[in-house]
This record gives sequence, structure tokens and C-alpha cells, in this order.
Amino acid sequence: MKIVLYICLLFSSLLYANVIEVGPTKPIKSIKKAISLAKVGDTIMVHQGLYKEGNIIINKKIVFLGKNLPVLDGQKKYEVLSIKADSVVVDGFKVIKSGYATLEDPCGIKVYNRNDVVIQNNVLDDNFFGIYIQNGRRCIIKNNRLVAYGTEEQKLGNGIHCWKSDSLQIIGNTISGHRDGIYFEFVTNSIIWRNISTRNIRYGLHFMFSNDDAYISNIFKNNGAGVAVMFTKNVKMFNNFFEENWGDAAYGLFLKEISDSYIIGNKFSKNTSGIHMEGTNRIQVEKNVFEANGWGMKILASCSDNVIKNNNFLGNTFDISTNGSLVLNTFNNNYWDKYEGYDLDKNGVGDVPFHPLSLFAVLTETNPSAMLLFRSFMITLLDKSEKILPSITPDNFIDNSPLMHSLAL
Amino acid sequence: MNRIIRIIFLDILKNKIILAYTIILGILSWSSFGLEDNSAKGLLTILNIILFTVPLVSILFATIYLYNSSEFIELLLSQPIKRKKIWLSLFLGLSLSMILAFFIGAGIPLLVYSADSVGLMMLVVGCLISLVFVALAFLSSILTRDKSKGIGIAIMSWLYFALLFDGIVLFLLFQFSDYPIEKAMVAVTALSPIDLARIQILLQLDASAMMGYTGAIFKNSFGTSLGLLISFLLLCSWVIIPFFISLIKFKNKDL
Amino acid sequence: MIEIKNLNKKFGKLEVLSDVNLTFKKGECIALIGPNGCGKTTLIKTILGMVIPTKGDVLFNEKSILKEYLYREQIGYMPQIGRYPDYMTIGQIIEMIKKIRNSNQTLDEDLLKAFDLEKIFGKQMRTLSGGTTQKVSATLAFLFNPEVLILDEPTAGLDPLASEILKDKIIKEKEKGKLILITSHLLSELDDMITQIIFMQDGKVHFHKTIADLLESTNEQKISKAIAKILKSQSNE
Repeated sequence: MKIVLYICLLFSSLLYANVIEVGPTKPIKSIKKAISLAKVGDTIMVHQGLYKEGNIIINKKIVFLGKNLPVLDGQKKYEVLSIKADSVVVDGFKVIKSGYATLEDPCGIKVYNRNDVVIQNNVLDDNFFGIYIQNGRRCIIKNNRLVAYGTEEQKLGNGIHCWKSDSLQIIGNTISGHRDGIYFEFVTNSIIWRNISTRNIRYGLHFMFSNDDAYISNIFKNNGAGVAVMFTKNVKMFNNFFEENWGDAAYGLFLKEISDSYIIGNKFSKNTSGIHMEGTNRIQVEKNVFEANGWGMKILASCSDNVIKNNNFLGNTFDISTNGSLVLNTFNNNYWDKYEGYDLDKNGVGDVPFHPLSLFAVLTETNPSAMLLFRSFMITLLDKSEKILPSITPDNFIDNSPLMHSLAL
Repeated sequence: MNRIIRIIFLDILKNKIILAYTIILGILSWSSFGLEDNSAKGLLTILNIILFTVPLVSILFATIYLYNSSEFIELLLSQPIKRKKIWLSLFLGLSLSMILAFFIGAGIPLLVYSADSVGLMMLVVGCLISLVFVALAFLSSILTRDKSKGIGIAIMSWLYFALLFDGIVLFLLFQFSDYPIEKAMVAVTALSPIDLARIQILLQLDASAMMGYTGAIFKNSFGTSLGLLISFLLLCSWVIIPFFISLIKFKNKDL
Repeated sequence: MIEIKNLNKKFGKLEVLSDVNLTFKKGECIALIGPNGCGKTTLIKTILGMVIPTKGDVLFNEKSILKEYLYREQIGYMPQIGRYPDYMTIGQIIEMIKKIRNSNQTLDEDLLKAFDLEKIFGKQMRTLSGGTTQKVSATLAFLFNPEVLILDEPTAGLDPLASEILKDKIIKEKEKGKLILITSHLLSELDDMITQIIFMQDGKVHFHKTIADLLESTNEQKISKAIAKILKSQSNE
């Protein structure tokens, strides 16, 4: 990609654009001066060095290129880079120490109401907000590395924060230590692909009022509360990893008021709850793996018409839990490692239905401290007898065709 | 002392019941681990062994062995040996053989299939539980001279710790569910060695679930290194206190 | 050598020994007799430290035996019914006791040879008859050349031949100047060996006399008759 870009740059500069070089050993030593000299279409090439120039504003359509990661320092006072022109490219900078303010949200790099901006191959270290797209369209944020070090939610901004935008591409970024790794609010028709979001204080991905988006092949690991997707319809969540999101209110994936969406081919492992669903409708949960979670799925009674099929449930403490007796969702052809039925006709599907909801899961839902007795001999007895003669658990909470062998997922 | 421990230890090892116990543990463990490619089922089997079989066999075998060796104890007493030494040797001999049986039967498959924190925790806790119930056997056999009564006491105490105690806790939990009793309940579990053992294993085995909800309270009280230390000290005191009481009683016993 | 002072023992409410005072010296061979349940075995076990007295004390070489154990090195004890770990062989039992005692003294293996035990060294204890078990017990009691021998019903269960062997051994040891304490209710057995007799009843010492005294005072030739006479005269009183 980089090479192609350089070649393009080479050609464009040969044809009609200038390259303005900035560096400690070059004639022009200040970035701000270079910007003021540049014409639309020019390239500013910044060489290695430490630049403390306060707030740098790019208000022309230029290519802003860093060579060997020049450092732009905000000295904890300024927003470092503000982009106020369309089609700007920012490539190869190390942006550090943006200011901190609760009202203005100063950022490492912020795009103000502009389109087609490309921000790539940058390192953002210790900024309040990392990269902020405000009301942008068709912007690309790619292969950036964002790190922050805060411990309190109030003193931390989000890694990649997108608001009221459309057709964005967030690809291959690595984000850790921010409040939310990636934050989407009123963002539509966008894709989040192959990002790694770990150890953020709140959510790995925070997603609200953002319809018609997809996130694919991302890794969300060890975030304070996992991933939250709320008040949205038509989201596609494919092939992501949700791992080790542990804690009091931590979920692999938290869904609230979601409808007409697809959760396919994801892997949920070692989360307190794999998926927590509240008020979701018409969601397809398919071909996912739920492994070693506290609760595989928590489906509250406010959910309806969701289809859960062809998933593997392996080694979860509880596979499914719910808070009511109303069941409006269907389970089909899942593999449950707790299934103890038989398959006489050898068609790979168990001959007796499986009740994925254990008595004890219901007990702990009403009285969480009963967890204290989990796996005690008496509870095992109670659970077994409930499996044979369901009395407390809803009897239509059932997988009628449980698989005998786990699916290759 | 070593001489007597060795004599007792070798005598127990020749006992067919101990051999059968080891073999049964081994069959259960190996087969449940081998059944599926993940170790979850094997771990659950061993958990149930630790919570159910180990206490039962340890307390019953030790009690019966003590009653059956009353003449041997008499023989030793007529020799120039301290009473304390005899009782301690019996305890160490019995404990050692129960631990050995558990280690060979369940410990080796554990180490082979699950040599991580869960496996190690189970191994340690299984050994401790063996010790606790051997100590309780010493207490129940010293309480009465009548063999059948002594075995009765042993079975009752096993039943109490393995089953009834949890029933009482469950009852309390639901009776007082409107009150903030989590912390009190944490303290209550210290009254049962099996529960202490179970929760320590649970914190390793079901880490994800234990982290959530009030699980956090358990994690905070049991899962910290201080909590771990306290749990182990409590388990150890479940070994030391019953044995110590039995020792005092044995010192003043007429044979 | 052994002094028993104001010894009292209660099992719950039952008084088994009440105010027993006795002194045994070296070279004496004492028969402890009395009806069943008179407290003979309890007395012996108190001396061995197996029963802990409710009141009173036992001195062994002028030292109290309470909380002590080393004095037992000088005692050989043959229990009434010797029972041993089932799966050990005779050889292993003898080896075990040797190891426990761990003494450097020369062993007295007279009985071992006399009873021909070496031939059946490999037999497990649980397969032995009562008599053979008694032979093992006797052998163990004499094995370490102890100063004091305490024999609880030594000849019960032994065949006449073995019984004779044991009696000869007891007499031999007596002549070496050892203190020997025998309980028995077979009075006829004791005639040739004992020098003193203690008769116990209901936890009390009825009388403690030398044989000479006893025979003289009753004008009888046999111990059993002499005792019968005493008992008769007392019941008439």
C-alpha cells in the first residue's frame, strides 16, 4: 500500500505538485510554516524529529507525510492535529500527549465535518481522544496504533471516535488503554474490519444508533465491559473474537434494543457472559462458538423471535440463562456439551430434546448468592432431577434437535 | 517414629481396600478424561470425586482401620513408646496412604491432562480433603469404644458435610434472600471443609462465572491471595483441630 | 521395684479398683488371682500405663509412671488375648517389635526355639490358632530380657506341652531374680512357681501373702485348697 502511495506521490509531484520538506536539517523547520506555504495538492514531507507546535491545523487538501515517525507533541495542552479540509492524507506520524478537557474533547487527530480523509500508519500515544471523525463521510482509518494509559473513565477519551458519519472504513487498527476502543454514534453504512481492541477501560467497541454497519474479524479482548451494541438495527457481526471480558457487569457482547441483525461465526470465550441480550428482535445467532464462559448466553424475557442455531456450546458454566418464563426464541441444531441424550438412528441428532436452562441457572438469577453452592453435590442432584422432571424451568425452553457432535467451526 | 509410620504405612498398602480405591479412582479419572477431547468432563468427574468419594472413603477406611487395629495399638502401648507418638504415627501412616491413593488414582491423570492452575488446585485440595477426613475419622473413633457406633458417627459426619450442610446453606440463602447476607454466607462456608475445597476449585474452574455478580464478592473474599491463604489455613485447621482433640482424648484413654 | 499407692480407677460410675496398695520386689513371683471382673487385668494395665488411674500412683523404681513411657523397656507383657495386625507374618511381628524397641541387648530367644516358631515365620497372623498366637505373645514378652514380666493368663489356650515349656521358662527367669507377675484363675497351674499370692475381689485386695504364710495359716499342702479354705471361713463370718 505504502509503495503504491509513494509511486503515486512520485508521479503526482512530477506532474504538477510540489514536495515541501520539513525537518531539523532542512530549510523549513516548522510544520505550520510549511502548511502556510503549501498549495492544494502539494505534499508536505516531515522528517524525523520532535515537533512541539501546539495545534496544527490542516486547512488545505494536501498529503501530510511523516518519514521515520516524526513526533508531534501536544504537550498535554493542545489538540495536536485538526483536519479541516477534504481528502487530506495523514500518514506515518507519531502523535503524542494531546490536551485534556471535558468540554472540547481535544484529540490526537480530529476531522471536522470533512469527507474522504485518510488517516493511516500513525502511532497515537497517550492522547485524550485518539482519532475523532466528526460528521465525516467516506473516511478511512487504517493501520494505526493507539495507546493510552488512564485508569479512570472520566479522564480518558475513546480510541477511535466516530460521530454522525457515513461510509467509514476502520481497518487494521490496534487500540488499547482508552475508554472505549472504538466508538460509533449515528454512524451508518460503515465497516469495522480486522481491528484489535484490548484492555480498554470500558468497552472494546461501543455502538449506538448506528444502522447498517458491519464489523468483521475483529478481536475484542480483556476490555472492562466487553462490547456494547445498542439501539441499532441491521448490524452484521461476523467472525469476531470476544475474549476474557471479565467482571461484575462484563459481557463478551452486550445487545440492547437491536433488531434484524446477524451474529455469525464469532467466538466467545472466557467471558462472564458470552452474549447478553435485552430487548432484541429477529436476530440470527449462527455458527458461533461459546467456550468457557460463565454464562454462554443470557437472553432476557424481553427478547423475541431470535433464532439460535448451529452453535457450539463448550465448557460454559451455564449455557443459557433467562430471567422469566416466557420463551419467544428458537433453538435448533446446536451442539451442547452438557447434552446426555442418545442417538439411536445415528443421524447425528439426539433423539431426546435438550433443556439448556439448568435449574441452578434459574436459582442464581433470582438469588445470585446461591452461586456459593454451585457444583455442590446437592445442587447436582437437584439439577439432575429437574432435567428429568422440569418443574421450575420453563419446559418450552428447549433444543429439539441437539447435535451429537460439535460442529467444525 | 519413622519406624512405626513405616510399619503402619506398609500394613495399609497391603490392604486390598486401599488398592481397590486407588484402582477405582484411576479408572474413573482416566476414562472421564479420555472420553472427550476437552478436559472439562474429566475435571468435573474429579471434582465430584474430591467432594464425594474422597471424604467418604477416607473417613470410613480410617475409622474401620483404627477400630481394627485396637489390639495393635495395645501391643504398641505395652512397648516403650509415647502415646502421642503412636497416635501421630497412625495418623501420618493413614494420611500418607490416603494421599498416595488419591495421588496415584486421580492426581496423575490430572497432571497428564490438566497441568494448569485448575489441576494443581484440585490436586492440593484433594490431598487436604483426604487429610481432613482422616482427622475426622480419628475423632469419631476415639469418641466411642463401640465399633459400630464409631462407624455410624463417621458416616453421619460425612453425610452432614457432603449433603446436609449445603441443604442448610441453601435454605438460609432463600429464607434470608431479602437481606444482604452474602458476606455472612462466605463466613458460614468456613464451617464445612468440603465447601471450602469446592469454592477454591470453583474459582479456578468457573473463573468466568465467579467473576460476575455476587461472584465478585466470593472472588474478593476467596480469590485474593489473602483469601486463598485463609481458606487453606481454615482447611488445615480442619485437619489439626479434630486430630488434636482426638490426641488429647487418646492420651487419657484407657485401653 | 513396683509400688502401687492408693490406686483408684473408675470406668464411669463403676469402681474397678478401689484403694489398692501393693509392693512388688525383685525376685518375687506373684500370682494375681480372683474371680472374673475383679480388676486383675485393670491393675496390670495400670502398671503398663494402658489404663490411667483415677486416683493414686504407681511407682516403678521409685519413679511415678504417669506420663512416662521409657520404664516399659524393662517390662515384658504377655496379654490375655494377643491380637496382631492380620496381614503381618510371625517373622514380621517379631522384627517389628525388635525395630520398635531398637535395643542393643542380647535377645532371649529360648522360647522362640522351644516353641519352634522359626519354622512358621512366614505364616500370617490371621491364619494362626489361638494357641500359636499365645506362643508368639510369650516369646515377645521374654525376648528382651526384661526385669519385670507381666503375664496375663499365660497358659490359657496353650497345649500342655507348650504350657510346660512356658512354666519352665518362668521358673528359670524367677531364679535369675526377676519380678514376675502372673494372673490366672487356674490355681493348680501356679503351685510350683509362685512365691506370693494376691487375691482380689470387687476391686479390692483381699489378701497379699507369701505362699509359706498361706499354707501355714491354713494347714494345707496345696494353694488351691488353702485359698478355698480362706474364702469359706470368710463367707461364714
